Amino acid sequence: MTQTISLDSKVPTGPIADRWNNHKFSVKLVNPNNKRKFTVLVVGTGLAGAAAAASLAQLGYNVKVFTYHDSPRRAHSIAAQGGINGAKNYKNDGDSIHRLFYDTVKGGDFRSREANVHRLAEVSVNIIDQCVAQGVPFAREYGGMLDNRSFGGAQVSRTFYAKGQTGQQLLLGAYQALMEQVGQGTCELHTKVEMLDVVVKDGRACGIVTRDLTTGEVQSHSGHAVLLATGGYSNAFYLSTNAMNSNATAAWRAHKKGAAFANPCYTQIHPTCIPASDEFQSKLTLMSESLRNDGRIWVPKGIDDNRPADQIPEDERDYYLERIYPSYGNLAPRDVSSRAAKRLVDSGHGIGPLHNGVFLDFSEAINRLGEAVVRDRYGNLFDMYQRITDENPYNMPMRIYPAPHYTMGGLWVDYNLMTTVPGLYALGEANFSDHGANRLGASALMQGLSDGYFVIPSTISDYLADLLGDPVVPTTDPEFASAEAGVSDEVQKWLSVGGTRSAEHYHRELGKIVWDYCGMARNRTGLEKALSEIPALRSEFVTNVRIPGDTSVNQELEKVQRVADFFDLAELMCRDALDREESCGGHFREEYQTDEGEALRNDDDFCNVTAWGWTGQPGEPSKHVEPLEFEYVKLTQRSYK
Amino acid sequence: MQLKLKVWRQDGPESTGRFETYDAVDIKPDMSFLEMLDVVNVRLVESGRDPVTFDSDCREGICGTCGVMIDGQAHGPWKGATTCQLHMRAFRDGDTIVIEPWQSAGFPIVKDLMVDRSAFDRIVASGGFISADTGSAPDGNEIPIPKPVADSAMDAAACIGCGACVAACPNSAAQLFTSAKLAHLNLLPQGQAQRFRRTEDMVETMEQFFGSCTNHGECHEACPKEVPLDFIALMNRDYLKSKMKNRKLAGQVFP
Amino acid sequence: MTATRDKPTAGAGRPSGAQPINKPVRRRSIPLLDLYQTAVGKKWVMAITGLVLMGFVLVHMVGNLKMYVGPADLDSYAQWLKTIGYPLLPKTGAMWLLRVTLLAAFVLHIHSAYSLTRMNQRARPTNYSRRDYIAANFASRTMRWTGTIVALFLLYHLADLTWGWANPDYVYGEVYNNVVASLSNPVVAAFYIVANLALGMHLYHGIWSIFQTVGSMNPRFNPRNNPIRRGVAAAFVIVVIGANITFPLAVQFGIVST
Repeated sequence: MTQTISLDSKVPTGPIADRWNNHKFSVKLVNPNNKRKFTVLVVGTGLAGAAAAASLAQLGYNVKVFTYHDSPRRAHSIAAQGGINGAKNYKNDGDSIHRLFYDTVKGGDFRSREANVHRLAEVSVNIIDQCVAQGVPFAREYGGMLDNRSFGGAQVSRTFYAKGQTGQQLLLGAYQALMEQVGQGTCELHTKVEMLDVVVKDGRACGIVTRDLTTGEVQSHSGHAVLLATGGYSNAFYLSTNAMNSNATAAWRAHKKGAAFANPCYTQIHPTCIPASDEFQSKLTLMSESLRNDGRIWVPKGIDDNRPADQIPEDERDYYLERIYPSYGNLAPRDVSSRAAKRLVDSGHGIGPLHNGVFLDFSEAINRLGEAVVRDRYGNLFDMYQRITDENPYNMPMRIYPAPHYTMGGLWVDYNLMTTVPGLYALGEANFSDHGANRLGASALMQGLSDGYFVIPSTISDYLADLLGDPVVPTTDPEFASAEAGVSDEVQKWLSVGGTRSAEHYHRELGKIVWDYCGMARNRTGLEKALSEIPALRSEFVTNVRIPGDTSVNQELEKVQRVADFFDLAELMCRDALDREESCGGHFREEYQTDEGEALRNDDDFCNVTAWGWTGQPGEPSKHVEPLEFEYVKLTQRSYK
Repeated sequence: MQLKLKVWRQDGPESTGRFETYDAVDIKPDMSFLEMLDVVNVRLVESGRDPVTFDSDCREGICGTCGVMIDGQAHGPWKGATTCQLHMRAFRDGDTIVIEPWQSAGFPIVKDLMVDRSAFDRIVASGGFISADTGSAPDGNEIPIPKPVADSAMDAAACIGCGACVAACPNSAAQLFTSAKLAHLNLLPQGQAQRFRRTEDMVETMEQFFGSCTNHGECHEACPKEVPLDFIALMNRDYLKSKMKNRKLAGQVFP
Repeated sequence: MTATRDKPTAGAGRPSGAQPINKPVRRRSIPLLDLYQTAVGKKWVMAITGLVLMGFVLVHMVGNLKMYVGPADLDSYAQWLKTIGYPLLPKTGAMWLLRVTLLAAFVLHIHSAYSLTRMNQRARPTNYSRRDYIAANFASRTMRWTGTIVALFLLYHLADLTWGWANPDYVYGEVYNNVVASLSNPVVAAFYIVANLALGMHLYHGIWSIFQTVGSMNPRFNPRNNPIRRGVAAAFVIVVIGANITFPLAVQFGIVST
């Protein structure tokens, strides 16, 4: 299916600080009494989805919310550890909305929309207030005021946190607000259902088709608008810090129905994760980045050094971050330190039984501060590490290695968060909008909640106002019938392949290709190789996968559909990475680097967003470009020396 | 490592369950318990048999999706850990491991080791929130909260809703889950306006699905977040107050 | 003040899900009556009646110590019990008041226990094939059995020493003689000891539980396994049960005799 895709960002004009306010004034509104005449479908119950569903239900819209989990509270937003940024300037250290805006644009390596980022920074203040009012137990000082810490290389303390469980607490706040609406009957909750198609009629999104994961029933739901808050696609790498069930299926099915997919090559690799211990490992565990505040990162100078850490003398250790980036040292940004680790491991300096990690050493901090202080700061992380690896980090250095963690790319959306399909919106990590080519620490939670609590409730009425008086498209409509038939056929197709290998096997194989050629560093040869290997593996996958069981509870069936979509998406990631002939943020092309090995942007040709359209065949996407203009932030080379 | 697994298999909520025995071979001590089950499942799939259905998601102990009874203990032998955080070095080569789903009338079995915990959502929907519609919030520092209060609210809020407390309780009581949510919200100044109504609603919803507390303390032992029993005491006290005090005249806030 | 709500059930659109094992509470105009409908409320009733009954066993034990002083003292103590408050109250008036209170406490305690047990059985229709307890101890797991033993013993004890049906040598008013006559039978003495040990177990978990059930927030008594809280329970059990057990032993060994 080929659609004409126009990338009209609908960014308002005027001074940047007034744009969001002016926009809220200029959008069409829906009268409070008319809101109940509209049905909004929300897919996903993470920070963005739960916040949007709760806020829209509070406004009076009819909301139906869908999750494949058994409870909305299980969404993977819950696993975020560090914190959430808010430009409150409670610390009087010179923070401001403009500074958060500036930091985020720069941190994103100048590949995001200025107006979107400024709005995010403005709203960040309201998010903190909203969460406190909901009872999120942020850390407090003894005087009772909110505590802040600095995070991710920022030079101000603007990160609010709740122990190491900030994501959990923010999600529970949004979940509770959602459940209040569910209890009052203003919002209908569907758990254990997976969205498998978006229904588009006359060019507008008018509903979704879901499959009940307990009964296998394929159902249609119609609404005036569809909101996708379905998260990112890091699991295309197979091994990532995402949850086992995190997937790109909803976003990908929307893409197939006409929503452009923007910047798929922008993926973030988190530098401090526990390295894989064997090939059966199902996922990687992230260790909070805060460990880099006191830990020193090093590798042995020798190649294939198998000695235990304590037998390697000081002069045979290479503290490479301190050596290469003397001013930032061990606190160099995520993409920079991840790539440095990869270079050293690839050149044979890796440590651990599989030579797949670098040391994060606390012995110096323990000598300087004492074990008690270190325990107080990082005790829970050390315990977690010890539980997983059976090594005591107080006595021997931790082993860490980068792992896929977050995806900046996603469905293309305009300033109103609407995709290229009218009536279809994307929120949170599922869209591409605010982080550019690299996301700063503690900004993901901020963006999810900003989209859900504050942006979508204000912008959705602009679209709905024109639909006043139109009933929803009935689910008996032929468009729904054909979408349902498509889903049922697909299910039957997988159940009848009858091959020999599990979906898990192909997912792992796909992940190896994506990680090797489209991971932390990419080059033309590798990407071209990936683009030939992925289709080959896919054709084996579709003929040789084995899905036992029937359509009722069947986790293998759930998995195979997700893996199939990862195949298509992975191909698009590689194509986008090949197409973007520059290095920026999370996208590092080895051909485009400075003499010192840093990312080299090409602002003349690539100061833009690439949005890909579906043409009916994976591997043959249509390319669309939205130019980016920077009026308030000057384009500079990032430097962390 | 070579292990024998005695796994509860049940086709659906109404079916009768049974134990089936599987061999888990080539298990490495560094694997997590769920990775061990993954390995067993891949073998089952590739030999054309029905894999064991079990729930899991984040695999780092925070989402609360996973959870099974392992050798008669909720989440297995390690204290303060979920099933996904349990590693195979907790077992010895040649062990037989008994794996059962959470058993409770409040958690009907969906399939095999997967249970339906939506009763927890109903408890939260009945009152486990602070009504603060989006946009209505005052500044975050408007109400100072003493650090010890914020810290205990956080201790209570650490609950991940996995259901181990219910599973471990000889009475299938959900007091630890409910009281943790109540304590989280009832301790904070923001939660005072709805404090007693919330307590009344949540306790009475809880009792429609779960048993009663007989103070065994098994829930705390099973809890992967080690939520303390004190919160149950707080809930008991708040519940009595909710029934005794004339809230219209006394105001909602009292010590 | 009673909140009346007719909210739809949460989880709409979810066909399966847990079926309620209890009816929803009907909120009444006298909210205290609500309390007995819920398990938390019943636990409060059990805690408070438990406290009343603890008071009773303590005073009962102290009164019985007069046995060691001699027949006249014990008999006159028994006589005094009947005349508390006289002439302000009619003779035996105060005693009947106490008896009614105790009876009410027993009835409520037993009824709560019974209905909570039924509720707990409904809550766990299928048991585990294997279960390793960590915190639950013998006392906590046997409450319903030790409670039953104590209740049966109580009936026998009344028939033995209050009503006299079960005691062929019973003479109204001669408390000392009746006790000795009854406890000189080794079978009866053994039954007394067994019942008191059961009572001790019951009290050990029960007293510990009271702190929790009435929501004691005192940091000295919480958290769990606090030595003071366990200590209070253990001390009470040792004093009361320890003294109670000496009575049949003293009779058996002839320390107390007619």
